[in-house]
Amino acid sequence: MATDIIIHDKKDNVGVVVIEKINPKQDCACWIMEDDSSTNIQSMDEIPLGHKIAMIDLNEGDTILKYGHDIGKVVKSIKKGEHVHVHNVKTKKW
Amino acid sequence: MEIPKSFLGYKRENGRAGTRNHVIILPVDDISNACAEAVANNIKGTIALPHSYGRLQFGADLELHFRTMIGTGCNPNVAAVIVIGIEPKWTKKIVDGIAETGKPVEGFHIERTGDIGTTMKASKKAQDFVMWASEKQREECPISDLWISVKCGESDTTSGLAANPTVGNLMDKLEPMGVHLCFGETSELTGAENVCATRGATKEASDKFMKTWNAYNDFILKEATDDLSESQPTAGNIAGGLTTIEEKAFGNFQKIGSCKFIDVLEPAEEPTKGKGLYFMDTSSAAAECVTLQAAAGFNIHLFPTGQGNIVGNPIEPVVKLTANPLTVKGMGEHIDCDVSKILSREMNLSEAGDELIKTTLRVANGRLTCAEALGHKEFVMTKLYRSA
Repeated sequence: MATDIIIHDKKDNVGVVVIEKINPKQDCACWIMEDDSSTNIQSMDEIPLGHKIAMIDLNEGDTILKYGHDIGKVVKSIKKGEHVHVHNVKTKKW
Repeated sequence: MEIPKSFLGYKRENGRAGTRNHVIILPVDDISNACAEAVANNIKGTIALPHSYGRLQFGADLELHFRTMIGTGCNPNVAAVIVIGIEPKWTKKIVDGIAETGKPVEGFHIERTGDIGTTMKASKKAQDFVMWASEKQREECPISDLWISVKCGESDTTSGLAANPTVGNLMDKLEPMGVHLCFGETSELTGAENVCATRGATKEASDKFMKTWNAYNDFILKEATDDLSESQPTAGNIAGGLTTIEEKAFGNFQKIGSCKFIDVLEPAEEPTKGKGLYFMDTSSAAAECVTLQAAAGFNIHLFPTGQGNIVGNPIEPVVKLTANPLTVKGMGEHIDCDVSKILSREMNLSEAGDELIKTTLRVANGRLTCAEALGHKEFVMTKLYRSA
């Protein structure tokens, strides 16, 4: 089956779009690499290839997990299915 | 796939093997570039390596300059070397360093002779060298003669998902065969530094890594005028979907597979602990990093990219791979190995690793890389601080 989104690790709360783009309200097939399992999500935004989608609702201050690791903090709350990027997530390093 | 046990390389006087057979014209300093380029223009089949530094440097910065110059000349991809500097003393120091390999090397200084006289003398010697080198034949060399360096660039999320893990898969398969491996990019491990430290083969290696990373981070905190968000991740990284330096770092880190590093090298330092994986303290700027790795003796480079970095090096062939189908479509002339089928799940990681091994061996055997065919020969010295 075609995969629209790849998730590295079961613990991750974001996935990566691997088709040219996904459209709002699109039902997307997700593949979790770590255990070769599958899941689904409906997108809220248009999201281009390589960009991230929120797999759950996220609040300000929450930690984004990718590769099973902390990659930054939420600075503006994000709904499940929305685009996750520099407009709502920031590094914890500086 | 059964991995070939050998490749066709150029055997050198010191026991190393090259994947290329270059005769280089190496300027000691910025003001000797013109003469070096004149010689390379006169004598076909030679290549000049112009750069911006080499005057009034001192301390660790000067040591790094000499290490990079000497290391570049010593690299087994280089058959013979002409060194040209303004003054005799530093020119001789570099000639003597390269001569330890046993390969032909001769130095010329410009003071008291001028560019034209020096160009004439150096051209005569360069002609002897290139005609001698042209008779060298490729011979069968064990795969353990490969010294493979890696560095990623213009990364995006497809790098961390697929292209970098493909390099990691290659490392996992080739490390047991006795190759030397090297990764660097101190700055771009920021966010993954603690996880990276756990990959030291010994406590000593782990501690040395943390010491190196902390020294870098202290420098950044001292010098940074803003929060670095404009530089790390880069605009290209962000366009590709990377949001933070931590995300970039964990993607970067996929390149070493499950290997452990046995030592931490200074920039351009030759590894001395035998086969296995090394970490080198380098900038994450592509040309600087590859130049340092080549100067440490690495003879073939693997460069995973997302959005499409185009870097090459004059002496170390740079093999590009990408998993981003848009990059393959838009700038395929830069891509040696296309692993974009991983994203559509038409190819698994092990198959991708096998493809990359095949490409690496073809290039080791002499196939030109895209960067070589397109004329990329970025030679960029790393400078540690301002000159005296």
